[in-house]
Amino acid sequence: MSFENGTPSTAWRRFRDSYFLYRLQRDRRAQVCLLLFGLLMVGLLLTPWIAPSNPYDLAQISLLDSELPPFWVAGSEPGHLLGTDAQGRDLLSTMLYGARVSLAIGFGAVLVQSLLGTALGLLAGYRGGVVDALLMRVADIQLSFSTLMMAIIVGAVVKAAFGGAFYGEYGIAILITIIGLSEWPQYARTVRASVLAEKRKDYVDAARVLGFSGHRIMWRHILPNTLSPILVLSTVQIANAIMAEAALSFLGLGMPETEPSLGSLIKSGFDYLQSGSWWITLLPGLLLVMLVLVVNLLGDWLRDTMNPRLYKG
Amino acid sequence: MIFFLMRRLLQAVAVMFVISVIGFAVQGGLGDPVPQMLGPTATDAESAALRHSLGLDRPLWMQYLHFAGNAVKLNFGDSYFFHEPALDVIARYLPATLELVAASAVITLLLSVPMGIFCAIRPRSWLSRGLMGLSLIGISVPIFLTAMVLIQLFSIGVQVTLFPMDTGWGQWLNQLLSIDGGMPAYGRGNPIHVWGVWYTNFASWQGLLYLLLPALSLAFVMLPLFVRLIHAEMVEVLESDYVKYARARGLRPSRIYFLHALKNTLLPVVTLGGVQIGTLVAYTLLTETVFQWPGAGLMFLDAIERADMPLVVAYLMVVGLMFVVTNTLVDLLYRVLNPRVTLSGRSA
Repeated sequence: MSFENGTPSTAWRRFRDSYFLYRLQRDRRAQVCLLLFGLLMVGLLLTPWIAPSNPYDLAQISLLDSELPPFWVAGSEPGHLLGTDAQGRDLLSTMLYGARVSLAIGFGAVLVQSLLGTALGLLAGYRGGVVDALLMRVADIQLSFSTLMMAIIVGAVVKAAFGGAFYGEYGIAILITIIGLSEWPQYARTVRASVLAEKRKDYVDAARVLGFSGHRIMWRHILPNTLSPILVLSTVQIANAIMAEAALSFLGLGMPETEPSLGSLIKSGFDYLQSGSWWITLLPGLLLVMLVLVVNLLGDWLRDTMNPRLYKG
Repeated sequence: MIFFLMRRLLQAVAVMFVISVIGFAVQGGLGDPVPQMLGPTATDAESAALRHSLGLDRPLWMQYLHFAGNAVKLNFGDSYFFHEPALDVIARYLPATLELVAASAVITLLLSVPMGIFCAIRPRSWLSRGLMGLSLIGISVPIFLTAMVLIQLFSIGVQVTLFPMDTGWGQWLNQLLSIDGGMPAYGRGNPIHVWGVWYTNFASWQGLLYLLLPALSLAFVMLPLFVRLIHAEMVEVLESDYVKYARARGLRPSRIYFLHALKNTLLPVVTLGGVQIGTLVAYTLLTETVFQWPGAGLMFLDAIERADMPLVVAYLMVVGLMFVVTNTLVDLLYRVLNPRVTLSGRSA
């Protein structure tokens, strides 16, 4: 997308007059979600500076402080606003750092699956024939297994093959790869569907008559016209990736406790639920739900805004 | 129809082939079982002998052919841990999972149909707004969290001490808001032996009590999806001409809603149910982990911990077969329920 004269004032005017902003001004729920999402993002970006303590720094942790309750429960300490976990780590700090890990995995996984899925979807839609049939069959099989199940199977195999120590070192990279590999069909299908619709249009014929290569037509001409469904899908997929990561971590196939994500925090806290320390597991759970819910609601709103023809189910 | 059946069968075989290759690859990918089975004191000669007897020293393609041949005969080898055929082990654990799934399916169906219909016919009521809002939140709640909240509420209990204990009303409010808990949330209890072959939780109150919390958490995860789907379909159907005609004929509203309209909302529900089966299996893994429910999912996770390859592979193949069968059945059912669909493979 390029502006007639690239001055900021034109770009600002375009934004001010856009349908996007018009819709945003009229939707209270979207405003609240956007605000919450912005707050979460700023909070997580600034975590090293605003967190009360560093949960990775063993010198700041005292086992004597373990399982302290949050501030509204009797027996709490003012230094630990949301209490501490079983290892004496400040829960608020651990949650903030954990949410960073979860979000990093979510973004990373979506990057991997969108690149892979978009490339394969373009290829399948544009080339058609055997390539298309083969790719879509694989996508069908993977989707019928459900992406979560796929991630669990791959995660289990990786864990068994390389062992827990390997996970401890490269946890984030492994999880990004696993979730990315198991969810690419979503993108491939969406992109393929738009490509099939775009391929019939005149501008593609014109480009072909001009003698452009298939590569150039796919990437420079068709791809830009499939971007809005990709963007909408990406929002939902970030939420899905965060959920998948949490599920994997909960099963012990994800982040180790030394560098916990929200999922592994919930898992480690579960062992202390029976002894009455509900906050260790339920408070990170609440943050996880909030994160996923906000992203999901934004995705819903984005879908309605960018494609009003779509029926909301 | 025959053509369609043949095509679907061919497709199913192809899918099963792919799954078997995956299963075989898993077998190679999982760690070495030999040290696991013999312990650290084994000599080299002992491990080599065991390796030979397990067929681990032959070339890869021969191992696959051997594996596929046995798989067709439903023989996945003996579990390294249980020392009995892997399928027998699965057959022993699977009923617990199936009971869990069946119970949660009943709960889901009994709750989602009335809720979806109510939200569609009374869109402005505070109840339907609340339900739709809850279903929106419900989609974003991971199942293990639902399960833990249920455990906290109904198994461990909640003691509220928010209000002053020295006043009568404070004590009353505290008591009102507190929950004693006490529900079983660990394992299966003592299932009852029925007809000599079937251990079941359905046949006794105590069994049902053990089943309740796991089944509820599984149902709460499926519920939002189904409520939203039934609601959306119902809204659409209520706009259609035949419903207007039925209204004009003066039929009772309950008859219109539950007979005429509901019938046509079932189609997507069936499809969703079929498509969701994979997700459902993943959810049973998580539920069984939280509640230590001794089903196939927990067995699978334990098998991975123990690098028990035959069991892992057999589980994958059984689950894969289940997917293929349900997907094919759902397609067929779709045809029966909606004769407008052409199944010859060309776009309708």
